[in-house]
Amino acid sequence: MFSLDLLLDAVVIGVLLGCFYGAVSLGLSVSFGLLDVPHVAHPAFLVLASYAVYFLNENYAVDPLVAGLLITPIFLLLGLAVYRLYYETFEKRGSDASVRGIAFFFGIAFIIEVVIILQFGVDQRSVTATYIGKAWRLGDIRIPYRLLVAFAVATALTMLLTLYLSRTFMGRAIRAVAQDQEALRLMGANPIKVKQWAFGIATAVLGIAGALLIIVAPVDPTLDRAYIGRTFCIVVMAGLGSLGGTLVAAIILGVAESIVLTLFGASWAPAISFAMLLGILAVRPQGLFGRRS
Amino acid sequence: MSKKSIKPRSISRRRLLATVGAALAASPLGANLLHAQQAPIKIGMSMPQTGGLAGGGKASLLGIEIWRDDVNAKGGLLGGRKVELVVYDDKSSASETPAIYSKLIDIDKVDLLFAPYATVPTAPIMPMVKQRGLLLIGNFSFQVNSKVGHDMWFNNAPWGPADSWATSYLDIGQKAGGRSMALLSADQEFAQNLAKTAREVATKRNLPIVFDQAYPPNTVEFSSIIRALKATKPDIVYVASYPPDSTGILRAVNEIGIGESVKVFGGGMVGLQFGAVMENMGSLLNGVVNFNTWLPEKSMYFEGTKEFFDKYTKRAVEAKVDPLGYYLAPFGYASGQLTERAISAVESLDQRALAKYLRENTHKTIVGPIAFSADGERKETAVLQAQFRGVVDKNIEQFRSAGKQVILFPDNLKSGELVAPFEAART
Amino acid sequence: MKRDGIAFWTGAVVFLAAVLVMTQVVGNQYPFFAGYVILQSIALAVAWSILGGYAGYVNFGTSAFYGVGVYASVFLVSAFGAPLPVQILTGAAIGAVMGLALGLLTLRMQGIFFSIATIALTIVIETTVTNWRYVGGAAGIQIQRPAVTPPFDSYVQMLFFVQAVLVVLAVAISRYIHNSWIGRGLQALRDDELAAECTGVPTLRLKLLACVISGALMCAVGAPAAMYLQYADPGSAFNLNYSVTTLAMSLIGGTAHWAGPIIGAILLGTTQQVLTVTISSEVNLLVLGLMLVLFVVGAPEGIVGLIYKLRGNQKEGEI
Repeated sequence: MFSLDLLLDAVVIGVLLGCFYGAVSLGLSVSFGLLDVPHVAHPAFLVLASYAVYFLNENYAVDPLVAGLLITPIFLLLGLAVYRLYYETFEKRGSDASVRGIAFFFGIAFIIEVVIILQFGVDQRSVTATYIGKAWRLGDIRIPYRLLVAFAVATALTMLLTLYLSRTFMGRAIRAVAQDQEALRLMGANPIKVKQWAFGIATAVLGIAGALLIIVAPVDPTLDRAYIGRTFCIVVMAGLGSLGGTLVAAIILGVAESIVLTLFGASWAPAISFAMLLGILAVRPQGLFGRRS
Repeated sequence: MSKKSIKPRSISRRRLLATVGAALAASPLGANLLHAQQAPIKIGMSMPQTGGLAGGGKASLLGIEIWRDDVNAKGGLLGGRKVELVVYDDKSSASETPAIYSKLIDIDKVDLLFAPYATVPTAPIMPMVKQRGLLLIGNFSFQVNSKVGHDMWFNNAPWGPADSWATSYLDIGQKAGGRSMALLSADQEFAQNLAKTAREVATKRNLPIVFDQAYPPNTVEFSSIIRALKATKPDIVYVASYPPDSTGILRAVNEIGIGESVKVFGGGMVGLQFGAVMENMGSLLNGVVNFNTWLPEKSMYFEGTKEFFDKYTKRAVEAKVDPLGYYLAPFGYASGQLTERAISAVESLDQRALAKYLRENTHKTIVGPIAFSADGERKETAVLQAQFRGVVDKNIEQFRSAGKQVILFPDNLKSGELVAPFEAART
Repeated sequence: MKRDGIAFWTGAVVFLAAVLVMTQVVGNQYPFFAGYVILQSIALAVAWSILGGYAGYVNFGTSAFYGVGVYASVFLVSAFGAPLPVQILTGAAIGAVMGLALGLLTLRMQGIFFSIATIALTIVIETTVTNWRYVGGAAGIQIQRPAVTPPFDSYVQMLFFVQAVLVVLAVAISRYIHNSWIGRGLQALRDDELAAECTGVPTLRLKLLACVISGALMCAVGAPAAMYLQYADPGSAFNLNYSVTTLAMSLIGGTAHWAGPIIGAILLGTTQQVLTVTISSEVNLLVLGLMLVLFVVGAPEGIVGLIYKLRGNQKEGEI
């Protein structure tokens, strides 16, 4: 079974797949990584975005990526609203919100799931675009265009977000609020407004990530459950709040998964990825690129 | 102050819920007493309406409901008794069904039982119905009775003997010149059962298995695994997969290519029977040889088949289920027909007598004649192996006409010949 | 304190006696099937709260412990035809070992990191079982029940009683912990682990103890489920739903008192059973979602918290 060709192929596909995982985890890297919101409904919002993209693609023949961009403002507003609710309910009341926060977001996730079922039924859905179903030939290697799209979008998103967080005033404020809320207050900025905005951005990014999700593979209403483990795994492995780290961690996961699928017993793939996470957590709890110990 | 006013309201809401729940739970019993004279014949079942099996479950249920409406329009059974269905959602899980079937039997006192769609929810109720000596009409579960040995179990699915599936597919592959097999299967219940029989048949025939991998659930990307499969240069590729994966696998095959060596590709891909999936896949389906249960080929129309699909097509839109409904719905209807025939012949609801009648006769249904062997499965397999041909993108209506899926097996239903190798059949 | 204890044990004995009488008198099987599921929820929620409630370590791996309990039984039955008590005891032993491993994780991780580690653990264990062909692997396995032991007429009635015993056991342990120095220690480390350690609370020993007890109980609860279903498949045994509903039950009931998870489990478990046979559709899931959100938002300390508040208010009013 083993050959160098296959290994190379697995690594290439794994890197691209990892970029896709990175793109769907970026929002969580902000909302959970920077803001400490235990956002287990993140994948549910992701799937919701996919269905919105599907709706636009199916009825108005909008390109999925364009559709993803079109829905970002709506998701921004959604994010702002959800954070407001979360803040009023939990953060305002003080500590020990995490358990109840998790339960709260699980509840939200279930509600989203049911809304999708009621609106779109239980069948799986996918979109059409010129770049779906074809491959780029590079010598012996063939790379599906949809993975290249995922790769391009993921790197672009990571760069844009990183630039935003380091170059703009609001971006710096977001990073500041993650480190020291009080300091920010002393500087005269309202940390709640900053956090709300950050959560909105994190949710807006999901619009495009949702487009990628449905471009790469078909979606169904319960798909979010499969991504809870994956996205949190990546964000934690990266170390909270490191966007570049998120992309790297996602690529590590993608490559590991791809190599196990290709060269070893495919059925062991999930065990390998998550055993890796356990190992990293045990040795380096702050993650690979963690911001604090 | 405002906090205080919320509390009592939430408590009363809970109380209200409990009261409504209790009232609803009690109502079937109440109804029973009221209509003691012309009591309806109650058929009880659970059906996956949420979770992974919901798509199939809802379509299957619609088929059964159409039968109920048909039989009631004809004036019911046993001299005017209407048929009533008692259906609960089992959430596609094995852990829900024991309590549900106990409710059906002990509280709702239903007259007959249908099994839920698929193996997982059915498996836990098999010992129970056996112990109680109850008739159970199965619904597309796979070899669920082989260990239990219940003699009042009748599966509506066309599976037949356990290995017939692999046998028919490998027959087609070997006739086309196949000398080696690659096996790609989902690491989940149904697919693993298929893979097991495929391995056994291949070993019996000295057909070398050059690739044998089980991929885990929720695999996102199949490019690399298809590449590894391709590298083994197999002649016959047998795929046992689930709906989301079937799409992923065919996409990857289209993008990566599968090689000139492959004579036939497919076999046990679940999902390629569902309208929404077929519409999305479009031309990617061409060339794939896959199992099916019913197809709109000339040989598949029996008495009542056309009328059934006319009704189904209308009602499917409203019910938000599979617009085509070939895979499960007609068999749901056939389950009803089986019971209808047996009740009319026996003229009672005696479970033993009904089972005896079902076992000893051949029954006409909209999916063709059905006869059972001792284990309650079909005597002969009627699982179709069909090849997709000339399918275009984004058009669900095309699948309603004959010739899009040419039946290669079984011989008596055959509607065309295999086009091989796989690459040649894809254009 | 002592009078409390007498009341509790009287209650427990009365409860078990009532269950036993019920199995002898009630012929209808449905109450036992539905009741078993509810009792199972209670036992899981109580066991979960020992770690999740008292110590504040949120374990998302309830389904891992439950599933391991199920598969321990499957293995014992297929290999040795072991009787039910052996299955439960073995399940508890394995659960204790798993709990110990989990406890060691708490050495390095806290808060959400711990929760994510438990999710990872669940997936690793589920994948391992899926690849273990002897217990059926991914295809699942059907198992036969042995003959029922007198005085019970049916196996489900016996399982119902057994589960009731497990509930009493779990509640008794949970209550003991709550009322003893262990509970106070756990509470201290939940509020501020560093401060607790500085003031001499043996945090490590306490955490390990809570993990081991909680794990052993959850596995023991899962063990009879194999006989209840007479079938096991990894997808159902390791279902994420067990983790989520257990968490939901504890929170809805409230974790401040040992009775909280019981109230929550009875309320949510019964609601789910009723919904399954009434509305019976995706609305079922919607109700769980809405209940979670409403309770977490409207009653952050759960029902127990509400009761405390009501009492507190009354007292204020009286004064």
